[in-house]
Amino acid sequence: MTATLSPVEIIKADSRGLRGTLVESLADAYTGGLREPDQTLLKFHGSYQQDDRDLREERAEAKLEPAHSFMIRTRTPGGVVTPAQWLAFDAIARRYGGGSLRLTTRQAIQLHGVIKRELKATLQAINQTLIDTIAACGDVNRNVLVSANPVDSDAHQIVYADAVALSESLLPATRAYHEIWLDEQPIAGTPEVEPLYGPTYLPRKFKTAFVLPPQNDVDIYAHDLGFVAIVDNGQVIGYNVLVGGGLGTTHGDARTYARAASVLGYVPRGLEIDVAKAVLTTQRDHGSREDRRLSRLKYTIDRLGLGWFRGEVEQRSGVRFAPEKPVRFTSRGDRFGWTRGVDGNWHLTLRLVAGRIADRGDASLLSALRQLAEIHQGDFRITANQNLVVAGIAPDARSDIERIFIETGLAALLQRSPVELNALACVALPTCPLAMAEAERYLPHFSAEVQRLLARHGVPEEVLSLRISGCPNGCSRPFLAEVALVGKAPGRYNLHLGGDAFGVRLNRLYRENIDETEILAVLDKSLGRWRIERGVAEAFGDYADRVLLAEVTA
Amino acid sequence: MTSAADVLALNASPLSAEQLDTLQQLSAGASDAALWWISGYIAGQAALRAPQVAPRPGASTQPRLTVLYASQTGNSKAAATALARQAESQGLAVRLVNIAEYSLAELGRERYLAIAISTQGDGDPPDDARIFLKQLAGARAPKLGNLRYTVLALGDSSYARFCEIGRKLDLRLAELGGTRLAERADADLDIEAAAAPWRQSTLSAAVEAIGRTPAATVTVLRPAPVAVAAATHWQAAEVYANQRLTARDSEVDVRHVELSLAGGGLHYEPGDSLEVQVDNPPALVSEFLDRTGLDGDGTVEHAGQRRPLREWLRSERELTRLSASLLSAVFAAHPDHPLHSAGNGLLDTHQVVDLLAAGRMAWDAQRWVAALAPLKPRAYSIASSQAEVGDEVHLTVALKRSNATGIARVGLASGHLAALAEGTSIQVRVEVNARFRLPRDGSRDLIMIGPGTGVAPFRAFLQQRIADGASGRNWLFFGHRHLRSEFLYQTEWLAALKRGQLHRLDVAFSRDGAERRYVQHVIAERATELVSWIDNGAYLYLCGDAKRMARDVEVTLIDAIARVRGIDLESASDELDALTSAGRFQRDVY
Repeated sequence: MTATLSPVEIIKADSRGLRGTLVESLADAYTGGLREPDQTLLKFHGSYQQDDRDLREERAEAKLEPAHSFMIRTRTPGGVVTPAQWLAFDAIARRYGGGSLRLTTRQAIQLHGVIKRELKATLQAINQTLIDTIAACGDVNRNVLVSANPVDSDAHQIVYADAVALSESLLPATRAYHEIWLDEQPIAGTPEVEPLYGPTYLPRKFKTAFVLPPQNDVDIYAHDLGFVAIVDNGQVIGYNVLVGGGLGTTHGDARTYARAASVLGYVPRGLEIDVAKAVLTTQRDHGSREDRRLSRLKYTIDRLGLGWFRGEVEQRSGVRFAPEKPVRFTSRGDRFGWTRGVDGNWHLTLRLVAGRIADRGDASLLSALRQLAEIHQGDFRITANQNLVVAGIAPDARSDIERIFIETGLAALLQRSPVELNALACVALPTCPLAMAEAERYLPHFSAEVQRLLARHGVPEEVLSLRISGCPNGCSRPFLAEVALVGKAPGRYNLHLGGDAFGVRLNRLYRENIDETEILAVLDKSLGRWRIERGVAEAFGDYADRVLLAEVTA
Repeated sequence: MTSAADVLALNASPLSAEQLDTLQQLSAGASDAALWWISGYIAGQAALRAPQVAPRPGASTQPRLTVLYASQTGNSKAAATALARQAESQGLAVRLVNIAEYSLAELGRERYLAIAISTQGDGDPPDDARIFLKQLAGARAPKLGNLRYTVLALGDSSYARFCEIGRKLDLRLAELGGTRLAERADADLDIEAAAAPWRQSTLSAAVEAIGRTPAATVTVLRPAPVAVAAATHWQAAEVYANQRLTARDSEVDVRHVELSLAGGGLHYEPGDSLEVQVDNPPALVSEFLDRTGLDGDGTVEHAGQRRPLREWLRSERELTRLSASLLSAVFAAHPDHPLHSAGNGLLDTHQVVDLLAAGRMAWDAQRWVAALAPLKPRAYSIASSQAEVGDEVHLTVALKRSNATGIARVGLASGHLAALAEGTSIQVRVEVNARFRLPRDGSRDLIMIGPGTGVAPFRAFLQQRIADGASGRNWLFFGHRHLRSEFLYQTEWLAALKRGQLHRLDVAFSRDGAERRYVQHVIAERATELVSWIDNGAYLYLCGDAKRMARDVEVTLIDAIARVRGIDLESASDELDALTSAGRFQRDVY
């Protein structure tokens, strides 16, 4: 092929195992930012350079560079964090992260607003908790998702252990991270060979998830690689393997599209790492390295065919896929409040709007969670819906947890309508460089407006999945929601309707580039028609898909 | 335009017809400022070629008055020249010498000496006096039992160490056995007020001691190496832009002010300053009148001028800047004033109305007008090059704020400039600073040290070097308190760095780390490279605060040279002095 490689490919190839000139960039005292190639390489180390976009114009006029800061994302497979680790992150957030933590849709903890001269100290502090940030971003296998299922504790433990093992096995081999951030000495022979990734890593990011049916909290159809746990008699016997999911698109580029994952087939437990490596290396060798808009696995599969792809994976892994086992998903949200596991322990699922945890205004969430972490003996699980499960509470510890839950106001956060409790939003403005419109900051207002409409139409308790994304990259997985806003410009969104309630069917564009007044008017009318025209217990997303979008395409 | 006088001068010139023609062509097309510049340039060329004139052994046998000057901006030279001319017209044998050309040996033979010497900023000598003063302070200084001398000290009484260099020189000469021909005079910004009486008493003492010679002439031993400071005419300048340079959360407010010189004929060179003429704000005048209970409409006569008190205060007298002389007069008259014990410590923190707010004072209007210093224009180092900005001039203005008595005050010019709306105008003129100039040789490297608003002239320097296509490297040291909010012109420096127009950029932000880190700390860390640049012929420039920064930086430079070369501090200091003498270390400190 003679097509030109994307500039990122050159940066990776020249990076000496992701080292680049990061050390020099960090030492440049005259800027709060990194040199350009290092901004790309830093992602592989789990951090993005960002800037406060609210201040961009004002600072440019003042001849000051953008207010650069860094987002740091953890590699926490399954979002499992111990209370000791939580307390450490609390301290790190207060010292380096502007007093704020954010839980992500990929079950990671994100710090925002870390400044360059404290970046290394922050990463060292994180690593001291035995959590790292390696490959949390970048063209590698990212943080691996696992259903946060708190009830089926035994199965969860197994799936979680499989996910951790898979995450470890797909880590890059480079020691760059340890040398640059942790002051470890270079080992002879650097830059080292990357046996799995090769010198240029993957063409694009690579996302993996494990799901434990019947709950589809991880949106298993949204990932490059998905494992659906098949439980028989309380035992995880194997996995249905899904490939080629991916939601990111580019406005105005018709070659890009959201895609729900396809099924490769079933494999017995124990073969998932072999399969994962084969999928990853096939994408490594066949994904586009020319156009990053078209380099996700979903385009590779559609270009080369699912049959070909399955054969290639079978050949590379030596694993033969059996037909998929039947599974059924019955929900996608988190089970808020108290639930009891099969082992008799209690779990408390907290609502954290858009995953943001800070002491702000009348809500002191950061401090409330610190209080919980100080006495909790189990663990914490970040859910793929940006919420937090206080998991494994022994029966005799429940009353102490309960007291904090109520006194700190965490309980009050659950006093919301179902639509507000289940709504998701990415960070977007002011820190995300990709954002075209507000998301996190807009979510409380907009979800309350939607709830007002539901109440107006007499269905205030309806569960309706609502997601806002600041751009079509889709970090809040908007294209699997029943109602989604995808940012186009400040105050303007594309309105998508028609996803199903369990994250299986993609939604579609219903109205393009409209403002809040119009969005609410369209929703008002649509919900009104649904109330009258809906089938028996027909969800709004199903109705929209069947009727509203059919009208558009007709 | 060639006047009759020019023609006469040219007729008497030693130039060939061809050279004359070239010169006339050159001067015909040149602006006033350009003509001044050319005159300085040519004088500089002559000075560079002039043979070293050894002092003639017989020079001091015939009694005469030597008038010595040490001058940074030209005021001391002007005062010394006036004395020499006056002495000549009275028939005294006299010679006029720049201190840089004067040696200890000559001093040892000298009989009658008058010295005009300025103090820069807060207690620094003018560059041309550094070596002489250092030698004079040393053990090898001659005994001066035969010397009769007098000193005119120039300074600015808004600095605590007002006229410190002149005072020290006066004491040192006495210590070495000299006796005073006339008492030392300390001149404030209104130089003539002190210089005129000093000339009188010096002349009458000199005439009495030396006697008149019929054929006395002024001997100018050596012309000044380059044109000295000259101010141009005033013109109105329209405000094009007034933009804050510090982030909104910064405690300091530094402005980038762009003014238009269009139509007014002013021109400037990188290194020059712009003077701004600003009246005291009406509210401040009213406050003064309220606190003193004086009638603003009452006429006050002073130094032959009559005007209402309000007008004196508005446009003729300093209200925002205290002077040491005002403070001493105030406290002499009001010894129980609550701020008396603070003394000169008030200079940086208080304004005149703050003194009144702290304690009542009984002076009448006449007394106030006499005691308050004349209102002076404020000078700002120009932050632009006309090669880049055409008929604009850019300033970097730190808003001076104080809050000594619970009432927020702003500096006269900075307060005025910070509040200027685009489209309004102010009166400006150019203060030529021939002692702060880019090397004529563009292949020379530059080391520019300019923390805070001291970075302003280096923006002009870099613009000029880029426009000139100068091949020398440019190294900037900058410091302030916070990287994020107070890096003045950050995006311009970063862009120049990226384009390879700025070759090194070293910064210190004092409040960002656990320990205070200033620009001199970075200089110390870069000592080896810095000295290698100097060895390579680099020019060093220092601009900014005189009170602490400039001194700390110079100490650091001396230390760096000593460390890298493995020599003692005294030798390193001599090396820095030699760089100064050679014009390779230039300062613009205030």
